[in-house]
Amino acid sequence: MLNPDLVGRTFVGANSFTVTEESISEFCLAIGEPNISVAPPTFTIKVTLAESESLLKNSGLDWTRVVHGDQRFHIHRPIVAGDQLTCSSTIENARAVAGNEIVTVRSDLHNSENANELIASSWSTLVVRA
Amino acid sequence: MTAYLVGHEFEPKVFIINRAALVAYANASGDLNPIHQDEEFAKSVGLDDVIAHGMYTMALAGRYVSEIAGSSAVKEFSAKFIKPVVVPVNTDVELNVSGKVTESDGGILKVEVTATCGGIKVLGMAKAVISLS
Repeated sequence: MLNPDLVGRTFVGANSFTVTEESISEFCLAIGEPNISVAPPTFTIKVTLAESESLLKNSGLDWTRVVHGDQRFHIHRPIVAGDQLTCSSTIENARAVAGNEIVTVRSDLHNSENANELIASSWSTLVVRA
Repeated sequence: MTAYLVGHEFEPKVFIINRAALVAYANASGDLNPIHQDEEFAKSVGLDDVIAHGMYTMALAGRYVSEIAGSSAVKEFSAKFIKPVVVPVNTDVELNVSGKVTESDGGILKVEVTATCGGIKVLGMAKAVISLS
């Protein structure tokens, strides 16, 4: 069970994530996307889900029982090779429904070289099965 | 710039999902959860078989949306994961994706995406916002 005090808190990832040409082209190849000049719309999950996983595991949640409930992306500008991203994650909501725990995490990806630039936001709703 | 009217239906498309594709997606995305690769493990946690990453299905729907005006044009994209896509060994599972314009205003398109496997919806409330400018 997630500690309710954590709802509303923001955790800034310690490391920045450098987007490489290889990481974009590997992702594009895996989904059959021919245009490798920019990251596909769901690419940021590569950064955000791992950050949410470590945040929620450290918060006492059983990750082995987690399934992905829904996902939303807002992309302010396309991500390209060379971008350096800093991820901050906020637990926006945590509630129990029929014994399952439902947690929504918002992840904001800022430009590490210009913290004022919000490049993309992602909301992941994760369901911890009872 | 192509103009689209509300109600416009984009050409449906079929995407193939198989075990090899799931391994490639796992490596590309970093989501190495064994329920997406290892049948024995999947069964040990109560699943009937290996299931696709919800995000892989969403990524394919995203590729469909990217074809409208390019990946760079996609400003928002959201979906609920309502049914798992089961991927048996040595099987090509067909994911059918279609899309319809629900709003069209000043170069901003809202597209409702439908994704089904064997006639069953696997993504719910799948929507994209695309900028045509």
